[in-house]
Amino acid sequence: MAYGIRLLVWGERACFTRPEMKVERVSYDVITPSAARGILEAIHWKPAIRWVVDRIRVLKPIRFESIRRNEVGGKLSAASVTKAMKAGRTDGLVSLIEDDRQQRAATVLRDVAYVIEAHFELTPRAEACDSEGKHLDIFNRRARKGQCFHAPCLGVREFPACFELIEEDSSQPEPHADLLGERDLGWMLHDIDFANQMTPHFFRAFMRDGVIDVPPFTGVEVKA
Amino acid sequence: MTAITNRYEFVYFFDVTNGNPNGDPDAGNLPRLDPETNQGLVTDVCLKRKIRNYVALEKSDAEGKPEAGYVIYMQEKSVLNNQHKQAYEALKIEPEPKKLPKDEAKARELTAWMCRNFFDVRAFGAVMTTEINAGQVRGPIQMAFATSVDPVVPLEVSITRMAVTNEKDLEKERTMGRKHIIPYGLYRAHGFISAKLAERTGFSDADLELLWRALGNMFEHDRSAARGEMAARRLIVFKHECAMGNAPAHKLFELVKAERVEGEADTPARSFADYRISVDAESVPVGVSVREYI
Repeated sequence: MAYGIRLLVWGERACFTRPEMKVERVSYDVITPSAARGILEAIHWKPAIRWVVDRIRVLKPIRFESIRRNEVGGKLSAASVTKAMKAGRTDGLVSLIEDDRQQRAATVLRDVAYVIEAHFELTPRAEACDSEGKHLDIFNRRARKGQCFHAPCLGVREFPACFELIEEDSSQPEPHADLLGERDLGWMLHDIDFANQMTPHFFRAFMRDGVIDVPPFTGVEVKA
Repeated sequence: MTAITNRYEFVYFFDVTNGNPNGDPDAGNLPRLDPETNQGLVTDVCLKRKIRNYVALEKSDAEGKPEAGYVIYMQEKSVLNNQHKQAYEALKIEPEPKKLPKDEAKARELTAWMCRNFFDVRAFGAVMTTEINAGQVRGPIQMAFATSVDPVVPLEVSITRMAVTNEKDLEKERTMGRKHIIPYGLYRAHGFISAKLAERTGFSDADLELLWRALGNMFEHDRSAARGEMAARRLIVFKHECAMGNAPAHKLFELVKAERVEGEADTPARSFADYRISVDAESVPVGVSVREYI
């Protein structure tokens, strides 16, 4: 763990959708390792590195809120785009929202704050000039300045995440008193295995005094 | 069409007088409220819809034919006029049975073509039913929910109608209806524009200017019985010198304050004059410039 980073992220709302409840979205109680990885990648990522989330600290009490919105049901079909391209015109290639409307509720988290503790590993795509130190420096520099590739979000893009680097020598933010004790959060998405047909992997999340230790993706605790 | 090369954040203030800015389908079309704070809410998708509608209006000719490169993919029927609809029916392109592009290059080509032709795909992104990553466009513009500066109190207004819809109700003579309004609310929204994602969709400086115009004027073309009087009040844009940005977004947002200046702080505000919006220009970090479009 010589290459660890700690990033404080917080926001008004968050929605880390449970895969079993994604039509009327219901958020997990806390951020998933996969969403945490996405936030880190929004700040710095190269194919040469892979972020590994080690620990998640939950700083605020877990609260929910429900929001219902008009959404679009369908997706854009590649076949119709190909057709329009061949025809060289765009008319006929539209989606009329009134004909394709779904009202969906989302049960989202309110007022969240987490500390993501992570490190990265080099991937087979790393070249000679890619050292862990180099990427660590880039990440720290960017996180310190508030730079990012795109604004990171808390699960979905309408809930932007504010972020701040927690420096090596500064103290650990303390979780809220409500979170003391041990809580079993049940099976939670760890991450998606993109190399193998996008297989989701799950792990049993326990929160002890606000801290969730994330097992390694390839570990025995993680089930695909 | 070269893509933008700077990161932007913006703070957008709009207000509503005696209207419903965004109804909540869960609460019988009452204006959306944050149950914890009683602040009003306007969802991100509501604002995006209005941006799309404005662009569709500005970039189409008298017959409703959109200008090349500014077609809107997610359309509302009400913004299309009849001639427009006839044109679509006449030129209806028959969809083929679902076929997926085999290779990534093909998918990329499709995506690029969509981005070139459709403003909303270029700005907000779109999901295509391809199993390849290139079939998903993540747009550069990200918007968050707008919340009202102070708590709002929705009023329920009962109204009567001097006509009936069904013949069997003839003896009733009149029917009652309901409207929900907010007497006054000033809303604040935050937005983010990533130069790096703009590179991928080709979101250009001209598109950006169009976005600012849309934010400034979208309520002017969105009048309806439900909306009351809505107006864009301030649009404060932070431009970073480099693509990755020069300062944390939340620090920039904190520089913009909306304060009550007229009346006691805990009494209801009733007009924009009751507020003062200030930008702490002194404290803007190095490498970031502020511009006020409204």
